[in-house]
Amino acid sequence: MTDAPPVVSVPELSLVLLVGVSGSGKSTFAAKHFLPTQVISSDRCRGLVADDETDQAATPEAFKLLNHIVGTRLRLGRLTVVDATNVQKEARAQLIALAREHHVLVDAIVLDVEPSVATERTLARPDRDFGEAVVRRQHRDLKRSLKYLNKEGFRRVHRLTGAEAVAAARVVTERSWNDRKDETGPFDLIGDVHGCRAELEALLADLGWALERDGLGRAVNAAHPEGRKAVFVGDLVDRGPDTPGVLRLVMGMVAAGTALCVQGNHEQKLVRALDGRKVRVAHGLAESLAQLGDEDEAFRKEARAFMDGLRAHYLLDGGRLVVAHAGLKEEYHGRASGKVRSFALYGDTTGETDEYGLPVRLPWAEEYRGAAAVVYGHTPTVDPEWVNNTICLDTGCCFGGRLTALRYPERELVSVPAEREWYEPVRPLRPAAAARDAATLDFEDVAGDRHLPTAIAGTVKVRAENAAAALEVMSRFADDPRRLLYLPPTMAPVDASGEDGYLEHPAQAFAQYRGRAERVVCEEKHMGSRAVALVCRDPEAAERRFGLDAAPWGALVTRTGRAFFQDDALTQALLDRVGAAAAAAGLWERLDTDWMLLDCELLPWSAKARDLIEDQFAGVAAAGLAALPAAAAVLDAAAARGLDVAALAERTGSRRANLDAFADVYQRYCWPVDGLDGVRLAPFQVLATEGRNLADHRHEWHLEVADALVAADASGLLLETRRRIVALGTADEDEAARWWLELCAAGGEGMVVKPLLEDRPRLQPGLKVRGREYLRIIYGADYTDPANLARLRARRLQHKRSQALREYALGIEALDLAAKGAPLWQVHQYVFAILALESEPVDPRL
Amino acid sequence: MLLTITTTANPATDLGRLLRKHPDRVQPFEQSFGTAWVFYPEAGEDRCTAALLLEVDAARLARSHAGASGDASLKQYVNDRPYAASSLLAVALGKVFSTARSGDGGERPELAAAAIPLEIALPAVPCEGGPDLVRDLFAPLGWEVEAEAVPLPGFGTDSRHVRVRLRGELRLADALSQLYVLLPVLDDAKHYWVEIGEVDKLVRSGGAWLAAHPRRGLIARRYLAHRRSYERAAHARLAELAEAAEAEEEAPVEEESAVDGEQSLPLHRIRIAAVTEALAAAGAASVLDLGCGSGKLLAALLDDARFTRVTGADVSSRALGMAGHALHLDRMPERRRQRLQLIQGSVVYRDKRFGGYDAAVLMEVIEHLDPGRLPAMEQVVFGAARPRTVVVTTPNAEYNARYGMEAHQMRHADHRFEWDRARFGAWAEAVAARHGYRVRIEGVGTEDPGAGTPTQMGVFDRD
Repeated sequence: MTDAPPVVSVPELSLVLLVGVSGSGKSTFAAKHFLPTQVISSDRCRGLVADDETDQAATPEAFKLLNHIVGTRLRLGRLTVVDATNVQKEARAQLIALAREHHVLVDAIVLDVEPSVATERTLARPDRDFGEAVVRRQHRDLKRSLKYLNKEGFRRVHRLTGAEAVAAARVVTERSWNDRKDETGPFDLIGDVHGCRAELEALLADLGWALERDGLGRAVNAAHPEGRKAVFVGDLVDRGPDTPGVLRLVMGMVAAGTALCVQGNHEQKLVRALDGRKVRVAHGLAESLAQLGDEDEAFRKEARAFMDGLRAHYLLDGGRLVVAHAGLKEEYHGRASGKVRSFALYGDTTGETDEYGLPVRLPWAEEYRGAAAVVYGHTPTVDPEWVNNTICLDTGCCFGGRLTALRYPERELVSVPAEREWYEPVRPLRPAAAARDAATLDFEDVAGDRHLPTAIAGTVKVRAENAAAALEVMSRFADDPRRLLYLPPTMAPVDASGEDGYLEHPAQAFAQYRGRAERVVCEEKHMGSRAVALVCRDPEAAERRFGLDAAPWGALVTRTGRAFFQDDALTQALLDRVGAAAAAAGLWERLDTDWMLLDCELLPWSAKARDLIEDQFAGVAAAGLAALPAAAAVLDAAAARGLDVAALAERTGSRRANLDAFADVYQRYCWPVDGLDGVRLAPFQVLATEGRNLADHRHEWHLEVADALVAADASGLLLETRRRIVALGTADEDEAARWWLELCAAGGEGMVVKPLLEDRPRLQPGLKVRGREYLRIIYGADYTDPANLARLRARRLQHKRSQALREYALGIEALDLAAKGAPLWQVHQYVFAILALESEPVDPRL
Repeated sequence: MLLTITTTANPATDLGRLLRKHPDRVQPFEQSFGTAWVFYPEAGEDRCTAALLLEVDAARLARSHAGASGDASLKQYVNDRPYAASSLLAVALGKVFSTARSGDGGERPELAAAAIPLEIALPAVPCEGGPDLVRDLFAPLGWEVEAEAVPLPGFGTDSRHVRVRLRGELRLADALSQLYVLLPVLDDAKHYWVEIGEVDKLVRSGGAWLAAHPRRGLIARRYLAHRRSYERAAHARLAELAEAAEAEEEAPVEEESAVDGEQSLPLHRIRIAAVTEALAAAGAASVLDLGCGSGKLLAALLDDARFTRVTGADVSSRALGMAGHALHLDRMPERRRQRLQLIQGSVVYRDKRFGGYDAAVLMEVIEHLDPGRLPAMEQVVFGAARPRTVVVTTPNAEYNARYGMEAHQMRHADHRFEWDRARFGAWAEAVAARHGYRVRIEGVGTEDPGAGTPTQMGVFDRD
């Protein structure tokens, strides 16, 4: 033979069936052209289940296994080759159905070798105990199959006739029609045009496109000086005044390579109508047919061919962008099947119709969790809105709305108003109701073992058991997830101090940051409860930005995500005060935002922790203050009798002194509150504002903003956070340590030392240095006894530090997502993970 | 940490012989959690006092705690144990005075057998139940009880600690046994894991005085850490021991649940029957019990062959564990087991696994959700899962007055709200309208002409 070797081209993502009798060389062929992992052989499966590749009795079980593996691979989007004889129709039908189920194409490669060769090979194999008769029967089956193979649902049947052809063949893969990942834009994605040529021309002009016109002044092409590419989401035709004009322009752009276009349901129906098929002429089809009737036959043919040849969806920009007329759920991206096509054209329809006779569509976008942005049209809305990384650009131009474009990757919307209502809508345009529903979170968003990527700490693992614990807290006790954009990370303490009588001391904090930062800030640690405040400029901002539909228009939550106050009115009153201070300080304008997320401390401690304090700390003091004096009295009496109880009495006396100190500590952090009277809020960091995660700003900046808030607060709610800036390795360190002692002597909890760095350092964001007296309520009244201190200094900090860093890293991601308005489920994943990590067992005293 | 025992018997110094501790010595006794000291602040002919002072090593105690309970709360490290008369003191007392407690008088059997005037002082007894319970427990044993709550420093309210002074004429051995048993009972806590062996300790220490004690039910329950099977064993043995004709069980006193009137009523049974009936009437064969808790409804559904598939979902893995235990999952017959599934899930997270059931039940669940989360629950149950039938029950707040409750009180500490009939009806109608259901409201329990029934039930159906 002198022919060029046969070339077998199979889709990149497909199921390939090798068809051939025993001995036709399927395994050899598969090994030569595919990866060993891509090839699933029935013999191998037989061996796996029965220890014998030729055990025909194991065939049913072996095929169950084969189907399972093939199904899993196809679901995961892997090219898969089935190495089995596949000479019987039933065997093929099962595999074809499996491919359909996963929306991938199926090719058959027929290895049609001479029966004599196959028989010879089979007989030569020591592990095959069947002979010529079997091969001959298989060959008969094959011959019979070959006639119908083309009608069984294969995309293509590649037939290699003769052993030589089999040996010579080359296999190549071809990318799928919808794979345009190499198109990286930038794109101008344009919503449903529906024959509104004038508006389209105006929009393109607004977007900076240069139109090219023919001798009759008709727009026939357009190009963008910056090389942008237009992508039309389909429904170019029907309803509007100039469907041929729109088609002419878009066809020109697509032909010139300046535009891509996916098919809309209206194109599909128009093609059928042009083909003379019976269709119901409604929804603006009549207008198109009339307008095209005025065109010449050549144009009609060209237009028909163009519309008919359109793909139902495209994968663009490396797979990060998906365009389909009615949207597309994740498992359909890049797939091909009737179902995929129907989804792309019509959406997730139920077959039912609503009161206007329009099809009921399921809210696929609300359940969408894919990483790729999905841009679509089809459903007219008033304002395009991102829902879980999907956006509908149909703003009802033909109904007198607007024609809208999305600039990608900029994600800016550009639109022009319709010149007039060209077509009366069946149902009035209404705002998308989807935003509210996108607040519905899915169990699968949070449950089970999770691996969350973070910039600072790499992939953070959340264990299923911790997620299970967090699910309960989140469901039963936490505030509404829409109000829960962030949870503060736990904070690690400093290394233990060697200083006499001290467990913690600033010197260790400075030492830990030396070499990693030039300067640190020491912030007074208010002894209250950590609070995160979401403050919105007005209810409209809260509603628009966070989908809140009732007061409080913002949130005040604890570090475990619970609302601080049971009474929403109290929360609102507090937020109003902070909002008023922000307004008075000009912060809304200065930070160019209408909401801000503040990290704060809320005082007094007893406002949140009253039960804990009573139950735990005051109870201990009560017992001790009753028992220790009684013990002292009996010891005194014993001593008076001349018994030697001096050492015991001394220890008892020291316990008494320690307990007195203990009782002083917690009482200092308790005072009565009535409503907001007595409540103080000390903001110390602006976590995020619109579009900005402020984690990379220095703490000096944060404290300056906090100061501005406090200064502008007329209500007496806000409290300053005192601080010292320390240049590490200088006398500042000693001065700050003295300041710390003063703070503690005045009853303070201590301080937090944070590095002063730009951007987001991969180190502990802060270290707490708690005061000597304060630590009595943490480590027990008697922790200062030398023997106790010696023991406590050996405390292990690694886990706490690792937890603090992981939670911090998760928090930064949550802020990034919240700031840029990412889908709630994404923000929630990170917030949930922080809560889950909190259920890891760690020494609670750290 | 401190206990003093005083006698005014003559010669009072015989106390030293009874306790087997010499009045002129200061003796340490090592305990696993610290050191117990015995000494005598006074030792005269007319009046002699022995002091047992316990120095608790908090670190050692914390370590043993962490091992036993796995509880990583701060309470493990900062607690009243070094100061209060808890089970630590009871154990120390039991060990240090073991001979005296046994009533073995050695060469002076008549001394040990005699009731003598005793005065016992405990400056800080942790007590769930306050001074009243101290009186309730000690007075029937022949003590004159002085009990006074210790104030909470800084709060002006009472702490759970009580200063106790007991006076009476008793055998010292009995007095010591009573303290040994009753100190942990008052505290309702033990520092060690309670095993079946505790039943024996209780019966031996309690002996006759416990069998006849009017609060023996409470004593056994608390001493045996609320483990029902142990309690039954103890009662059986105590009844034998006392040979008491009045062996009839003391009616369980529900002092632990002050306002929850539901607990003592068979209302939960009536409710389960009503829900089951509603499900059967709707023709449901597969049922999803959302918030199944310990599985009482699941058990009823499994007992009814009309329900072929029963799934319990709860947000708490602990509750699911309890349900599994209560339903005897490990030894359930296979056919029954195949009808049952237990899954962790939340009614505020949309969940594929909630789909495909004929009916879903939210029995006494919604009132445990913050009102702000109800729309999310609605979306998950009525919007996404969309079973043909949904049954919701919740307390009727109007009925609370019939339980003698104040207007602001709720039946359970975790209830976020309790609705009157109008409120529930309005909510149910609105939910039904939003999601294409029809709803029918029914009462569950005995109807009061003014207040209605204690429980209200909404049965939602869609076509």
